[in-house]
Formats: sequence, C-alpha cells, structure tokens
Amino acid sequence: MARRYDSRTTIFSPEGRLYQVEYAMEAISHAGTVIGILSKDGIVLVAERQATSPLLEQSIGSEKIYEMNDNVVAGVAGLTADANILINQSRLIAQRYLLKYDSPIPVEQLVRRLCDLKQGYTQFGGLRPFGVSFLCAGWDSASGFQLYQSDPAGNYSSWKAACIGENSGNAQSILKQEYKDDGSSASVAGAAAATGSSMTMEDALRLACLVLSKTIDTAKLTSEKLEFATLTLKAGKPHIHVYAPAEIDQVLAEHASAIKPTDS
Amino acid sequence: MDAQFAIAGKDFAISVTDKTAASSIVKLKHNEDKTYALTPQTLMSVSGEPGDTSNFSEYIQGNVRLYGIRNMQELTPSETANFIRGELAGALRSRRPYQVNILVIGYDGKGGEGSVYWIDYLAGMAKVPYAAHGYCAYFVYSVLDREYSPDITLEQGLDLIKQCFVALKMRFLIQFSDYTVKVVDKNGLREIKVEDL
Repeated sequence: MARRYDSRTTIFSPEGRLYQVEYAMEAISHAGTVIGILSKDGIVLVAERQATSPLLEQSIGSEKIYEMNDNVVAGVAGLTADANILINQSRLIAQRYLLKYDSPIPVEQLVRRLCDLKQGYTQFGGLRPFGVSFLCAGWDSASGFQLYQSDPAGNYSSWKAACIGENSGNAQSILKQEYKDDGSSASVAGAAAATGSSMTMEDALRLACLVLSKTIDTAKLTSEKLEFATLTLKAGKPHIHVYAPAEIDQVLAEHASAIKPTDS
Repeated sequence: MDAQFAIAGKDFAISVTDKTAASSIVKLKHNEDKTYALTPQTLMSVSGEPGDTSNFSEYIQGNVRLYGIRNMQELTPSETANFIRGELAGALRSRRPYQVNILVIGYDGKGGEGSVYWIDYLAGMAKVPYAAHGYCAYFVYSVLDREYSPDITLEQGLDLIKQCFVALKMRFLIQFSDYTVKVVDKNGLREIKVEDL
C-alpha cells in the first residue's frame, strides 16, 4: 500500500505522511532503552545494550552513551552507525563554538544544530533520514541542568525525565508516576542550577533502576547490559562521569530493593 | 590621533573616546560618537582607518544582535570580545584586513563583574583592568598606573577619568574639545556628559 511513497524521503503520501520518517521512528522503538532523569544537583542517564554476548570484548567501552562536549553527554537509541555520524558532528559543532566564543556551547543550541541536521535529511539529501533519537543531558550557566529528547524528524523537546527506545511508553508512565517535582517550572534563565526537581542524585539513580527493572525483559540486571552516566557540577564546572562496569554493579546492588520489589 | 581608553571596576566599566572626526589636519566633525552598543551590557569603542571603523563595527553590531535574536540570550562581554577578536583575525589574513583598534567594555550580570578587553588591529587581545590605544596611551597610562586600584568605586573611576583629561590637556599636542564618556553597570548602559563628571 504505502510502497509507492516509500522510496524517497522527500515525498508525502496522499494522507500527508512521510513514511520513511515514520519507519525511522519505528526503528527507534525497537532499540535499547535510554532513560534520562533530572535531579536538583545533576542528571542521570541510563542506557540498555541489546544483544550482548560473553564473547564480545568489553574494552571498547561505551556504545550507547557519548560525551558531546565538556558540558553535554548523550544517550543514543537507534542505529549506532548513524549515531556515530551525528555524535561526530555535534563534537565538531561544540568545538567550533568554543573556538569562536571561548565558552562552552549552550545545551539547547547544540541540540538545535543537531536537529537541524537531522531535519535536513527528511527533506533532501540521501535516501533515508537518520534512524537515531538522542537524550542529551547538559549544563550551561544560563539555564542550568537540561535534558533534551530528539527524534529522526528533527523535533526536540525539554524534559524533567524522559525515555526513548523499546518500551518507552511504559517507562514514561512509570517516570510520570514516580517523579518528584517541587512544582516550579524547570531551569528558568538565571537560575544556574535550579531544575524544579525535589529529587537528589541518589533518588534519580534509584528511580532509574526501578524503571529499568520494569521495562527491560531480563532475569537480572547486570553491568553487561547497562550503561550509566551522570552529569553533575564540581566546583562550578560541569563534570561528566561514565560509569565503569564495577561501578554499575555497585549502583545496582545499592538499589536492589528498587529492582523488582514485588518478586521477592 | 584619537583618544580612546577605558577602565574596569569591580561592578562597572567606563569607556572614553574623543568626539573628533578628522581627515589629515582638518577637523571634519566635533560630535562623533565612536562607540557602538553591542548588547544591553556590552559596548565597544573603535579607532583607526575611518571607513574600516564603521564598516567593521556595524558588522559586529549586526552579528552580535543576530546572535541575541536567534538564541534568545545575549552574548556575555567575554564571548563578545572573543568573537570580535576572531572576526578581526580572520579579516587580517584576507585580502582586505580592517585597520581598527578596539576596546570592549562590559558588565557580566552573572559574575557581576566589570571588564575591559583590549584588542588591536593585529587581533591581539588582552583582558585588562584599564587600557588605551594610540598616542593618548602615553599620557593616560602614566596616570592610571599610579592612581588605579582594582576596588575603586564608580565615583572614583569617574574622577580618575577627569585626571586623565587634565594630563591630556596639559601634555598632548592635540587638544580635544569634548569626549564621549559611557558607563556600563548593573543598570545597563548610559552616557555621562563631561560637564557632569
């Protein structure tokens, strides 16, 4: 049915849809889950790795969480190969900004530039759009901690807690239920570190573990299948910490009570 | 031949330029404003080749404004100064470099700090407590070196400017009839008449 309008991304179907873009979004809904949670003193980013094997070398390091700049870290859902292109671009954009203004790029600007690039491929260029969604966690002096979600069409939005990838609808509803908010609007310009959240980093890590346990279809959560990263402020400067496998296991053990509490 | 200098205090900065537009030995104008407001809290003063000064300044003014509109957030004084330096350095290595000397003064609302950036036509830049360009630097620096201290108040700063005027009047071969004195602080940008100093 839809085939006549499939082969090019630049053609609308009679119903006014762009099938290739929709298929790209579909690809993401099968990808490993990525969760981002804003707390009052930082951001937690957790990603699920799909299809791991004991034969796979662990030394390659992180494959779903990448540093884009000193102040921005991103979790990726979708085609890793496509993501690599965008990650590379974002690092380039961030460094160009640093060269021009001698200050780190504001988070929203980086996300916007990246989404402009993604949008371009829904209109012209190649045969298909980028099959990638990002969760970008960042900090800048004007707007404090921020969490952005982006999709293959080039839309982006700011969240207090967000999830992309497999089971994201499920995870999103748990986040909505469990997220503790002090009611004020998030990151107003000028409020350097205020996020409007009443959660601490520990609360956020715990919530992340809870959501993971309910959305990932696995008997036991281990560091083999997960990646953790946090963005905090250290002496007024953003600090990105990508967890080592041992640290991930430690976090999972600390929050064991949050993981599948009903099973025991 | 222009007089162009600036000083920074803890929570303010002052820019001074003369008001003469000259060609060779002829005075063309005596009420020229050689400063350009870039953001509500950043100002730059320019001297050098007459065509280049307005050309380059308007280009910078336009681009800094564009940044503000695009990003709904103004550049800080430090970001502005770095941007200007970059543009000047780019032009320097092109077929048509700009021969302009620049002082950027600003008040950074976040850090609450006044600042002066000295930029010359070779795109050298330095963040300094006080700065001057051209011949007037010979006279002004000696006054500022002796009298400046980092914790001066706005009143003391304006008084320091007056002392600089006295030195210029006494020693400099060229006499300036009037100056543009502008201040940035937490209230934004404003001009102070020389009579009111």
